[in-house]
Amino acid sequence: MTTYRLSHLDSLEAEAIYIIREVVAEFEAPALLFSGGKDSAVLLHLAVKACWPQRLPFPLVHVDTGHNFPEVISYRDSQVERLKLRLVVGSVQEDIDRGSIVEHPTPGATRNRLQTFTLLRVLEEGGYDAVFGGGRRDEEKARAKERIFSLRDEFGQWNPRAQRPELWNVYNTRHRSGEHFRVFPLSNWTELDIWQYVEQESVPLPEIYFAHRRPVFRRSGMLLALGPFTQPREGHSEEEVFEASVRYRTVGDMTCTAAVESAAVTPIEIITETALSRVSERGATRTDDRFSEAAMEDRKREGYF
Amino acid sequence: MELLRFATAGSVDDGKSTLIGRLLYDSKQVFEDQLEAVEASSLARGDEYTNLALLTDGLRAEREQGITIDVAYRYFATPRRKFIIADTPGHTQHTRNMVTGCSTADLVVLLVDARVGPTEQTRRHATVASLLGIRHLVCCINKMDLVDWDRARFEAIRREFDDFATGLAVTDITCIPISALRGDNIVERSSEMKWYDGPALLRHLEEVHISSDRNLVDLRFPVQRVVRPIAANELRDFRGYAGQMASGVLQVGDEVVVLPSGFSSAVEAIETAAGPIEEAYPPMSVLVRLKDELDVSRGDMLCRPHNQPSVGQDISAMVCWMSEVALRPGAKLSLKHTTRWVRALVKDIQYRLDVNTLHRDREAPELSLNDIGRIDLRTTLPLFYDEYRSNRSTGSFVLVDDATNATVAAGMILRPSN
Ligand SMILES: Nc1nc2c(ncn2[C@@H]2O[C@H](COP(=O)(O)OP(=O)(O)O)[C@@H](O)[C@H]2O)c(=O)[nH]1
Repeated sequence: MTTYRLSHLDSLEAEAIYIIREVVAEFEAPALLFSGGKDSAVLLHLAVKACWPQRLPFPLVHVDTGHNFPEVISYRDSQVERLKLRLVVGSVQEDIDRGSIVEHPTPGATRNRLQTFTLLRVLEEGGYDAVFGGGRRDEEKARAKERIFSLRDEFGQWNPRAQRPELWNVYNTRHRSGEHFRVFPLSNWTELDIWQYVEQESVPLPEIYFAHRRPVFRRSGMLLALGPFTQPREGHSEEEVFEASVRYRTVGDMTCTAAVESAAVTPIEIITETALSRVSERGATRTDDRFSEAAMEDRKREGYF
Repeated sequence: MELLRFATAGSVDDGKSTLIGRLLYDSKQVFEDQLEAVEASSLARGDEYTNLALLTDGLRAEREQGITIDVAYRYFATPRRKFIIADTPGHTQHTRNMVTGCSTADLVVLLVDARVGPTEQTRRHATVASLLGIRHLVCCINKMDLVDWDRARFEAIRREFDDFATGLAVTDITCIPISALRGDNIVERSSEMKWYDGPALLRHLEEVHISSDRNLVDLRFPVQRVVRPIAANELRDFRGYAGQMASGVLQVGDEVVVLPSGFSSAVEAIETAAGPIEEAYPPMSVLVRLKDELDVSRGDMLCRPHNQPSVGQDISAMVCWMSEVALRPGAKLSLKHTTRWVRALVKDIQYRLDVNTLHRDREAPELSLNDIGRIDLRTTLPLFYDEYRSNRSTGSFVLVDDATNATVAAGMILRPSN
């Protein structure tokens, strides 16, 4: 006799597909924010499943900081090709060249804050009224209270005080023109769920998620890859370059995304490492979030992902 | 692994944050850097111990005021289950948060301070849980360390709580004596309370039987989208109805009726992107194809010929009012029910429920923020609905203010009104 029970992964998948279909049904111009990271890869996989057998009826939006890992860009392009998707790229470099935003004078300074401008510009130009993001509530405290359908005002800003109550799975999608929603179908997923799902569904990921050897150095306890934007500083003898087997747990801006030492080359091995890990994802690998506990909340208010 | 969603509630200072912090900590969901940050904040605040409650305190404003004011979601897993906690703040004026947290929960954990016993707040939370159709209530009697682990104290509180709870619709009530601060009866059975022979809280959460809570009898499939790919040539005739199973079991070959048209057909196939399946059940998201080409659109519903929901425009419902602007008879609002938007006129406020005494105030002229009451509605189009008690999916709705677009009420359908 069948028990009519779904596993936790299948329940999470069913919930995400339902959310994506609600958006397609109720909004005029959705888009999916695609960073090339594992969360957006899973999100894209779910979107394709939710719309099947139709081709994805909305574009991917990618904010290119100009500091992306080349592996991530080529992964992005291969997905676009494979799934015959529409891709809209917002270039932070172009906005800098145009003088719309000013880069911090330190060479290799992070462009994390700058991307908010480019993102909002692209969203406005595209007239998108619902933008899918891969955010998860377990990532960070400020996210724990964010709704699945999260309203942004005309300036793309989030107001944590004025959130609408979200009841059952009856989502209120009403908004004024100029406002838009960020929609987070992965809200209820944890990092472990993501990896288990990648394994279960064979979701393709950029290869830098898996262990590979590369030259790295240590800075403030973090492992940074030797690259065009990250080099040991002069007079810092502790930043000595060595080769190590590493992988990335997130794939952000190359200037501020650190690697972890690892031998994991398959999702299963990553699951094992993740289950044992005692350092949270952001804490381990995002130098930008270390500044303050409220850093994320501030950036979200400004319209960051 | 199965998913259990639960909400936590209690008055301020009953120890809810400490309890959740402990569940996360003891199940190894807390990472070293988060712990370091919490240790640093604890030190800065002058706490004499690492304040696990800080692990769950979200936004900056709340940290500054030292209170939790919005529902926050937390995650942890054991080898047996994955858990989603809706952490609902304890303040009196936040009934709406409790309603929100309960709307997606299978179970509610209520905290009671062993020194104080059940309060008005405890009763209110239990009542809201019951109204929201929660079947399992766990009453954690906390701070047992402060009453010398006294069995008689625990038994007295348990009796008091049970007496009150007989008036509720919740069928499964469990009381557990705990100390959130010391970790007694949270993950491990307490060595201080040998007299208690029930399970520790976590064990109970892992084992409580929830799968029979789902309605597998009444087939209800609200259509979310009609899928007709245009581009792909080989799929030109494809016409599928996308949706999530609200209740019941659907099998290939089943006779179904489409509401509101009333036309019937049979299920040709149940499809997913991973391939066709033979049967679907909640909460699966699938695509259903029918043998006949019918006119079906979003908001329609598939059900069985001999088991249909109520169809009508006059509905009586319990609502929790969530807006600062009070609700008065004559109000016109938008209403979303399953995948359907209609407009609704509030014809009458039958009564306002006093959630502390369960008294029904039939003279109440309006419902204000956080009030719960019974109203009669008339909708512009018929809804296909069931009583909330028998079907949470087809028995629930939200009301939306057309001027502000704000969600102003959660509704639970009782029956047709006259
Ligand atoms: N002695 C004792 N104190 C506790 C216990 N649980 C919580 N507390 C304390 O009660 C106070 C309020 O706890 P907190 O978790 O912040 O309560 P909340 O407002 O319900 O989230 C804090 O000082 C806790 O340390 C317990 O089991 N025993």
